[in-house]
Amino acid sequence: MIAAHLPVLQIVVPLIAAPICLLLRRGSLAWGLSLAVSLAVLVIAANLLTQVLESGPISYQLGGWAPPWGIEYRIDVLNSFVLLIVAAIGAVVLAYARRSVAQELPESQQSGFYTALLLCLAGLLGVTVTGDAFNLFVFLEISSLSSYVLISMGRDRRALTAAFQYLVMGTIGATFIVIGIGLLYMATGTLNMADLGARLPAAGASRTVLAAFAFLTVGATLKLALFPLHFWLPNAYAYAPSAVTAFLAATATKVSIYILLRFFYTIFGPAFAAADITLQSLLIPLATVAVLVCSTVAIFQNNVKRMLAYSSIAQIGYMMIGIGFGTATGLTAGIVHLFNHALTKGGLFLVLGCVVLRAGSCRLDDLAGLGRRMPLTMFGFVLGGLSLIGVPLTAGFVSKWYLVQAAIEQGNWLVAAAILAGSLLALIYVWRVVEAAYLRPAPENAPEAAEAPWSMLIPAWILIGASVYFGVETSLSVGVASEAARFLLGGAG
Amino acid sequence: MTSVAPFLVFFIGALFVALSRGTLRSVLLLAIPLAGAFNLLQFDPGSYGTLSLLGHTLTLVRVDKLSLLFGYLFHLAAFLAIIFSLHVRDPIQQVSGVIYAGSALGAVFAGDMITLFVFWELLAVSSVFLILARRTQRSQAAALRYLIIQVLSGVMLLAGVLIIAHRTGSIAFEFIGLGSLGSWLIFLAFGIKCCFPLLHNWATDAYPEATPTGTVFLSAFTTKVAVYALARAFPGTELLVYIGATMAMFPIFFAVIENDLRRVLAYSMINQIGFMVVGVGLGTALAMNGAVAHAFNDVIFKSLLFMSMGAVLYKTGEMNGSALGGLYKSMPITTGLCIVGAASISAFPLFSGFVSKSMVMVAVLEEGHPIVWLALLFASAGVFHHAGIKIPFFAFFAHDSGIRTGEPPRNMLIAMGIAAVICVFNGSYPWLLYSLLPFPVDYEPYTAAHVLTQSQLLFFSALAFCWLKLSGLYPPELPGVNIDAEWIYRKIAPAAIQRLGGALGTLRQGVMFRAQTRLERFISHIYRHHGPDGIMARTWPTGSTVLWVAVLLGAYLLIYFL
Repeated sequence: MIAAHLPVLQIVVPLIAAPICLLLRRGSLAWGLSLAVSLAVLVIAANLLTQVLESGPISYQLGGWAPPWGIEYRIDVLNSFVLLIVAAIGAVVLAYARRSVAQELPESQQSGFYTALLLCLAGLLGVTVTGDAFNLFVFLEISSLSSYVLISMGRDRRALTAAFQYLVMGTIGATFIVIGIGLLYMATGTLNMADLGARLPAAGASRTVLAAFAFLTVGATLKLALFPLHFWLPNAYAYAPSAVTAFLAATATKVSIYILLRFFYTIFGPAFAAADITLQSLLIPLATVAVLVCSTVAIFQNNVKRMLAYSSIAQIGYMMIGIGFGTATGLTAGIVHLFNHALTKGGLFLVLGCVVLRAGSCRLDDLAGLGRRMPLTMFGFVLGGLSLIGVPLTAGFVSKWYLVQAAIEQGNWLVAAAILAGSLLALIYVWRVVEAAYLRPAPENAPEAAEAPWSMLIPAWILIGASVYFGVETSLSVGVASEAARFLLGGAG
Repeated sequence: MTSVAPFLVFFIGALFVALSRGTLRSVLLLAIPLAGAFNLLQFDPGSYGTLSLLGHTLTLVRVDKLSLLFGYLFHLAAFLAIIFSLHVRDPIQQVSGVIYAGSALGAVFAGDMITLFVFWELLAVSSVFLILARRTQRSQAAALRYLIIQVLSGVMLLAGVLIIAHRTGSIAFEFIGLGSLGSWLIFLAFGIKCCFPLLHNWATDAYPEATPTGTVFLSAFTTKVAVYALARAFPGTELLVYIGATMAMFPIFFAVIENDLRRVLAYSMINQIGFMVVGVGLGTALAMNGAVAHAFNDVIFKSLLFMSMGAVLYKTGEMNGSALGGLYKSMPITTGLCIVGAASISAFPLFSGFVSKSMVMVAVLEEGHPIVWLALLFASAGVFHHAGIKIPFFAFFAHDSGIRTGEPPRNMLIAMGIAAVICVFNGSYPWLLYSLLPFPVDYEPYTAAHVLTQSQLLFFSALAFCWLKLSGLYPPELPGVNIDAEWIYRKIAPAAIQRLGGALGTLRQGVMFRAQTRLERFISHIYRHHGPDGIMARTWPTGSTVLWVAVLLGAYLLIYFL
């Protein structure tokens, strides 16, 4: 009985738990509840993925209203995969959050923090799971609004301005998306995604549809921080509480990429998107520039969190290159990298949270000599960094391997070269941290830093370990991703 | 058969070394190459350890005569280097040294290009710690430059492999030959590790900055793996003949004007690799045998020379020729062993260089490359000068620097002793080495003609050196005495030679300076835009970001509507 309602439980459980968290008032109680909820969500997501892999897409009708009129939750290979990523990261980050949040936030704010985090999780899951375009916008707003709150809770006062800028930009992005959805509604009279996909070919490439496409593209690329619409991201990531940075970096942008995929392939259909050569000629250059420019910017950053934020923008560039190619290999590469990068970057930000806990900041100078004082933490950073560079036997290598193959398939040598150049740039910025941590002596007046507590190290190492594990064993990541790519290309074709 | 992949012995051994301490660690270190060699003896030719990854079948271990010879060689070299560094109490050096040797084994036994690539990168990453472990500002800068170049080589290799795999669907590590873009990328990737001219700077830059024991490891593996890779993938490529001849020639000039004796050795290593590259380029059975045999001998005698210089550095803390001298009084055994190494690299009859270098020389003549032959002859004389005479002379004889020290630790002497014995053994009884070569050997090193040619060359070189020395034409303060040029052009005045050396030095300085300022200007340009306050990294006001949104929306609309 319950099994049939899993798709909606996925959303309802965290949504209901969130206000309870607020009522609990005590930080540790709220933490316990949200951890339990996130674990339940993870179990549901894993369950859904196995169901989908075994017996094909699941359609769930909310309140028993049939799809074109009622809201439908539709789960296929692609979004069940994204669900798993989001739920897994959510569970790991929540397991990690207690000590980190206890240090970075006053007790009075903690229950509010967990409330916002659960809401954000619910929103992201909702965006992923829904099959209704307007419902998607609603969940997007839920997750965005709660993430503004989460970011503004950062200790640094600049967190407020960063959150405000993110709020303005995020709202513009969401507005663009809703305008696009509205235009589509105008052209077809439906909001259900599958229905939209079926009716759009009849509506033809009218100006309304084209404008909708443009609004949706810009809105989505703003939310996923594709160059040059990325300026909100570095500050938001740099000044948010450590756990929030890890959570958002590993999930929010990934879900936005999912939105883009969904619009491109399910609603407009691969024929529409792929035929539109101009799309390729705009997205791929922007993504390539993102890889090169933002990797270079990352090299010169002095705040390691900000450095990783810029590296995230570059890595998003990699994903968009794969998606921009629009071929089976390209899409596989993009989706695999989405998965691998969520693990790697999530792990790296968690490790940085450990550093912030013990060293008090994550400026490069304050990391000097940490390799000796926090050996497990810094070794985690080295492994994550290797994956970021794309060294063989790490997850990053697998994604880059497919990405380069996709580029070569297209005969696009420039992009292939840019991908490899990006690896070299990543080597330099990762090296700067390694050099500071291992080769520079600790400053005289450095605070006595001990190894981070196990409650934080273990979650961080789960993600770091996963980013090595998925560099060797690729049947889950590549297997599901290539299935999703096939589904996207074949599903509407 | 119960043997494991050769590299595994080293990798697992490295793990145990990392976890152990004191005497146990020393015992483990010594046991690794011995266990590895025993393991290797169990292998019959064939392919082992296949697994499939990313849709390709990987072959972890491919055993044939060529890979076996390099396998034996690397075990021997690792054994020598480990003995030599046994007194070191620095786990980073010891562990990375063992992993480095294991990676080299992994690379020579790799049966496909992807496995090769993985070990190719591991070689770079593991070896860099041998440079870092010197723990000086200079060594760290050099290590970073080294790492970037080595990783670049790996990236080019990967790109080349991808292109070829995409075109032909094959990732086999077999004959490739020049042709497509992919093969050129692979060729250049090998060339970087092999120190092709203009791609060689990492070696002369990083080797002198490594620790006294680290350089012994470094000199043995990276470049020889590259020679092996060339022998595997590009035998008979004529371009290699000319590249090799250049490699044999150009380092001589720099070795002459160089003061740091380990850098002199780094140059002479490039010069020796030149002979091997020529052999690979000719591709005939005799030439390939010569190249491979010379690689074998070179690893041993170059290790011996780097070890003797490492011992001097270890005892005196000084590596500049101008600051050393007169050490034979306090380090007589080291002096003797260094001279054995010098005699081997100079190819004295009865020393190991003689029996392999002459194979390449004869093959060059047989294939009808008289000019290349002359170039190699010149290079041979040059080697005798800068490695055979300059190294022992400036370190142990020359003017007395006043340094009084003692013999190095016993483990260093033992390592050097073993290397010296191998040098003499291979030189006097080459047939054991010959029997291991990839092709059957019907070459007789000790014919009257070979011995006479080489002896004449060496004799006249030495005579010239002595005459110049006695007639006082060369003040001892000179950093170098260019005998090779003297032997060929007897009339050229020493002053001219000196000026040539000086001019080359100035030229090099000028080029380096210009390159450096260019690079600095380029970086500052990038920094201006990408640095924390640059336009790309500034925190933009919300208004202007919104402007970007509008611009992009306009662009998309425009493109869609058109």
